[in-house]
Amino acid sequence: MMRELYKKTKQLFPLGDLTEQRHDLVFVSIPHPFLSSLLRHLRDKEGFSHLVLLTAVDWLERGEFQLTYLLCNRSKAWDMGVRVVLPREGATMESIHTLWPTAATYQRELKEMFGIDFPGSPGVNDDFILEGWDDIPPYRRDFDTLKFAEARFTQRPGRESLDPAQHMAKHHSDGS
Amino acid sequence: MVYQPDRSQYPQQRADGSLDIDLESGKYLKLWQGPQHPGITGNMSLELTVCGDEVVEAKTHVGYLHRGFEKLMERRTFIQCFPIVCRICVPEPDFNEYCYAAAVEELAGIQPPERSDWIRTLILEMGRINSYLMFLGGQAGSLGLGVVAQWSTYVRDLMLDRFEELTGARIYHMFILPGGVRGDLPEGFQQRMEETLKEIERTLGDIEDVMFCNAVFKKRTVGLGYIDPALFNPYGVTGPNARAGGVAKDVRRDQPYLIYSQLAFEPIVGQDSDVFARADVRRRDLLLSIDLIRQILAGMPKKGPVMAKIPNVLHWKIPPGETYIRGECSRGEYGYYLVTDGSGYPRRVNVRGPSYTHAVALLERLIVHVNISDVAGLMVSLHTYPPEIER
Repeated sequence: MMRELYKKTKQLFPLGDLTEQRHDLVFVSIPHPFLSSLLRHLRDKEGFSHLVLLTAVDWLERGEFQLTYLLCNRSKAWDMGVRVVLPREGATMESIHTLWPTAATYQRELKEMFGIDFPGSPGVNDDFILEGWDDIPPYRRDFDTLKFAEARFTQRPGRESLDPAQHMAKHHSDGS
Repeated sequence: MVYQPDRSQYPQQRADGSLDIDLESGKYLKLWQGPQHPGITGNMSLELTVCGDEVVEAKTHVGYLHRGFEKLMERRTFIQCFPIVCRICVPEPDFNEYCYAAAVEELAGIQPPERSDWIRTLILEMGRINSYLMFLGGQAGSLGLGVVAQWSTYVRDLMLDRFEELTGARIYHMFILPGGVRGDLPEGFQQRMEETLKEIERTLGDIEDVMFCNAVFKKRTVGLGYIDPALFNPYGVTGPNARAGGVAKDVRRDQPYLIYSQLAFEPIVGQDSDVFARADVRRRDLLLSIDLIRQILAGMPKKGPVMAKIPNVLHWKIPPGETYIRGECSRGEYGYYLVTDGSGYPRRVNVRGPSYTHAVALLERLIVHVNISDVAGLMVSLHTYPPEIER
């Protein structure tokens, strides 16, 4: 059923390959200039009226961000994840707050946490969770949380930290 | 208070759509409600601009409890993520455990045993009862009915006792792990649960008398915080907030998971979409959860494994993939988006908490033109838990 929808939609939009994760969940890719019109089509013509979430995945090794817009058609109990790939450098994406006002919150967080800009999105430049942050956006893969913590905090004396895999390997090699 | 949709012209809007609020004029005042304030839920705050005692603009501020769970999980093995996910939502942590476990199982190709699905459903309904009991206390307290919180906290404590004997923990249970659940029901659990459920039912009867039949509570809440059902999809409204407006959104019925398709129930809906209707839907949903727990304990397979075989968790790698798992928590749709890249660590975990949409865009809209004294009652009625906004 979702495959039929995919075939029908592919005649209108340059969709990438279909990934069928479950009978009720698929993922498709689309070049970013077509995203807004695809989402509008899915919302208005195909019943995907609920924006479940909008988030990003950082593919640092490929130099890309993946944005995932997850939509739900409640009457058919279908979910469709629409993936968009952006270059990491100067990542900018069209805002969809005119389609779903609540998207402004997601976009504000993505600007703060990943540095992906959504020009025109209400309050997109306002601090959301972080205040006075002067480092690189912290949810990027190249932001090292351990290094950040070690630079700012000190361990309580006498506290030992073990890597579970190394600890168990040592445990077995000792024969204890 | 009667809902008046035509009052949006005050104050005047500028050409760019922003409000023409001149703080120097002395007509307006900035007022912070929170983060330390009896009329705020959890660790968040509202920046209110008031004119007299009427709110003309509001901004939600979060970040007081940000611990960066989504980022932390990228540095942890799949099993190391399991004990931290529950901390994303304090009053109802079990949905994090279930959604995370189910997402890992799906991408790793693990089928948990049937009996564990029943126990998971039991745990989720027990957590829902706890969450609703906290809500009832908070909703009544926000409007001056302090005694309800004392009663609901007492019976919630009884349910915490059941959690303790089942999982060993009262708040963070860490019981639903990838592959199944950590243990079986203890001896005599069903009988003790029945006693607890009866006590909760008795207390709910009292709460109905003093809260829902209370003239002051009705006067303050009927008509307050009306959400037009037309806003449900644009603002991502789910769960009881949507059901109180007559839209029967309930993941348990719409996309049944675990063993909900084997249970007899219909989503609880209301009509008026105001604070009173939302509280009443939650009270009735609580009674539904009591009924579901009885159905689960009566219909559960008496024997069987509760844990599937899983790989060595220290060297567990999951093939590349992505999925989304959702469940119906006490506040609406809760979900986990998990991306794996073939390594021993999640590539990305994104938590979709219902408060994310309810407490920011929706609340900021609803709160305009509300009297300051009603802000707390309105905010609590959306049943928001800030930790799931700032994961």
